[in-house]
Amino acid sequence: MATADLRSTEKPAYKVIGTRPVRHDGVDKVTGRAQYGADVRLTGMLHAAMLRSPYAHATVKNIDTSKAEAVPGVRAVVTSADLPDHGDRMVELGEGAVNMRHLATNVLAGDKVLYKGHAVAAVAADDVHTAREAVKLIEVEYELLEPVLDVRQAMEPTAPVLNDDVRTQSVGGADPGDDAKPTNVAKHILFEKGNAAEAFETAHLVVEREFHTATVHQGYIEPHNATAVWNADGKVTVYTSTQGSFTVRQQTAELLRIPVSDVKVVPMEIGGGFGGKISVYLQPVAVLLSRKSGRPVKLVMDRADVFEATGPTPGSYIRVKLGVSEEGKLVAGDAYLAYEAGAYPGSPVGPGCMCIFSCYDFPTARVEGFDVCVNKPRTNAYRAPGSTNACFAVDTVMDELAAKLGIDPAEFRLMNAAEEGTRRVDGPVYNRIGMVETVEAIKQSEHYNSPLEGPNRGRGIATGFWFNAGLNSSVSATVNLDGTVSLVEGSTDIGGTRTSIAMQFAETLGITAEAVKPAVVDTDSVGYTDVTGGSRVTFATGIAAVEAAKDVMAQLVERAALVWGCSADDVTYSDGAAHGPNGENLHFDEIAERLNTTGGPVIGSGTCSGVNQSGAFGTHCVDVEVDPDTGKVQILRYTVAQDAGTAIHPDYVEGQMQGGAVQGIGWALNEEYWYDGEGSMRNATFLDYRIPTCYDVPMIETIIVEVPDPNHPYGVRGVGEVPICPPPAAIANAVHQAVGVRMQQLPMSPPRVLAEILKK
Amino acid sequence: MPRVFVPPSLRDLTDGLAEVDVEGGTVVAVIEALDARFPGAAGRLRQGDSLKPGLAVVVDGEASAMGLLQKVGPEAEVHFLPAIGGG
Repeated sequence: MATADLRSTEKPAYKVIGTRPVRHDGVDKVTGRAQYGADVRLTGMLHAAMLRSPYAHATVKNIDTSKAEAVPGVRAVVTSADLPDHGDRMVELGEGAVNMRHLATNVLAGDKVLYKGHAVAAVAADDVHTAREAVKLIEVEYELLEPVLDVRQAMEPTAPVLNDDVRTQSVGGADPGDDAKPTNVAKHILFEKGNAAEAFETAHLVVEREFHTATVHQGYIEPHNATAVWNADGKVTVYTSTQGSFTVRQQTAELLRIPVSDVKVVPMEIGGGFGGKISVYLQPVAVLLSRKSGRPVKLVMDRADVFEATGPTPGSYIRVKLGVSEEGKLVAGDAYLAYEAGAYPGSPVGPGCMCIFSCYDFPTARVEGFDVCVNKPRTNAYRAPGSTNACFAVDTVMDELAAKLGIDPAEFRLMNAAEEGTRRVDGPVYNRIGMVETVEAIKQSEHYNSPLEGPNRGRGIATGFWFNAGLNSSVSATVNLDGTVSLVEGSTDIGGTRTSIAMQFAETLGITAEAVKPAVVDTDSVGYTDVTGGSRVTFATGIAAVEAAKDVMAQLVERAALVWGCSADDVTYSDGAAHGPNGENLHFDEIAERLNTTGGPVIGSGTCSGVNQSGAFGTHCVDVEVDPDTGKVQILRYTVAQDAGTAIHPDYVEGQMQGGAVQGIGWALNEEYWYDGEGSMRNATFLDYRIPTCYDVPMIETIIVEVPDPNHPYGVRGVGEVPICPPPAAIANAVHQAVGVRMQQLPMSPPRVLAEILKK
Repeated sequence: MPRVFVPPSLRDLTDGLAEVDVEGGTVVAVIEALDARFPGAAGRLRQGDSLKPGLAVVVDGEASAMGLLQKVGPEAEVHFLPAIGGG
């Protein structure tokens, strides 16, 4: 592992930042004492089971729950009739506005089911076996409708329409009005920079290709779960695995039309999310069952439920056309992206359109995108949502152009790289970014410069981009008499963020990371905090922690001034100690020890709001060997170079780089939802839906590039998402070098690769 | 004067202009000025006291959580883009 020294300014001499302390929750995690949602057990707790649609598209004519209700031990049954009607309400839920009717009918289907696995009803009983047996007794009368599973087929005017309230919306476009014909095309996006059509006429070389990517799942190991208690006083508590306790609180309250302050969400430890644990599925249903039964109710998905009913990331069709000059400079780009939204509008085609040309400086370009409903589960965020699909398309064409021009692929990217001041195709101008530095890091790496020998072996590179989010975070800190600090935060810890937040607090206050005791708490116990998503926690919650430390520091200065009988204006604080006007020093520990005789508790708080990140780039290099007889692609060596701004805890930065790359490798080579003609997923288990294991990938080598983000006090950039973007393109480019075929469909599974080889 | 980068789908109202300079110290003021010059523009960008659902405003390269209330400098660039969420 390496850190590339590519800063434009000298790195400050940090004492905590950049070190690798043991994570605060490490012992609980490795001893199994950490409490996950499935571990929740409450007195009198019932267990619930869900009835799910066996059909991909059908009208629900009638639901008869009477036989289920009559089963001994059954305490409550709920259907969509138990949810309030939401009409056309749109509600802002932190990361964007949500159509409440769509959210509600995704939680419990209304008069239609839109995908196999769509929740229809739920039963709470004394034990889970009784609940599951009772679910089988619920009689649902369906009228089958033709499903549509392919994004381009769903765009046809003759395609079956999923939602009769969906019309095509566009950014800045005229409202289509209620009289417009319902459609599966929920959104149309268009970006134009200059006149691309004219510029293509001047190009020396133009390459246009089509790409298809499969529906893939986030693949977190821990299934969704929720345990709810509707108290006799109308107050609700939900214990759940989530990326955002506050968004679960708001979604649950809005869905049930109860005051948000009546809902407390307790975030349990989380066994992976990657964007898939932001939307609610089980939580409102568990609450409804608890209200009806008067008992705590626990509801847990199995793996098939997770695959069939929770947000995958979309399959897509993308067409990319690029034009270059004789010298190898991009002159024009054109892209068409159609993304599957799943059952309800909301695919990440917007960010896909914004990312597809984001790594390069295009003088002219046109990008058009479509958000399209199909009879699959509603898509949800997945690491850099929308960007991986786009990166696969554009960076494969970039590689082809470089090869045809006879230019080294890294050099070709550098010749056309976006940098500070580059105007993006969607309009805004880049702040300080590290695109060039990540390509340079790969170009200079031992991996890129090592020989690759042997038949059917090839090397490929690709570069990806993700915006990263800022949003809102809150932190509070209590100084303890023993010289430690209890740090309270609302960001669910997925990738070691308790420690990365604690380290920024410690650095600011001049104490050790071990002296900070971080805790992730419930929604009643900390200020509003947005989701652990958008690669935002180490950035934004880190800023909140820095502000909290500054707040504590100011109070400690006052205490020291009191001890010394001077003005606080005459006291400074540095290196973990207050310094008086006459050379006096009081270390943090000494001030803490005297808190009760100098004015009592010291509690600091900090928030972050409205601070944006400057974006993250990563360049990957991969060596593969292709078996020409089977089409199997073996990863021989893989290196990730990524701009982390400033790596707070390098272990966790490297972990995100490695984890993201491995998920991207799975997306590239194996993972896909396999549907039959009726819209039934036929591989809804981890045996048949192949995520990579340690047997499939080598150790992922990492190069941490540090180009500090000017919007963060320590220069942090989020690192969680961008590493998933480059793998499919990098591997496709390596496969081409290995066996001479251009793969334009994901996954590049053995049969597909073999079919392309046999076409040669 | 702030410069509004007009989304392509709105250019049917701006005579095809891709960039328009209008007065305004906040996003809402900019939208109102745009609407005064190109009637109907406001209805495409705002809904009541908020931006239209699914829309984000970016001022000088920074996506704003303040929406219509975001301050806009005299030389600012204003972009209306799809709202995005991360994973």
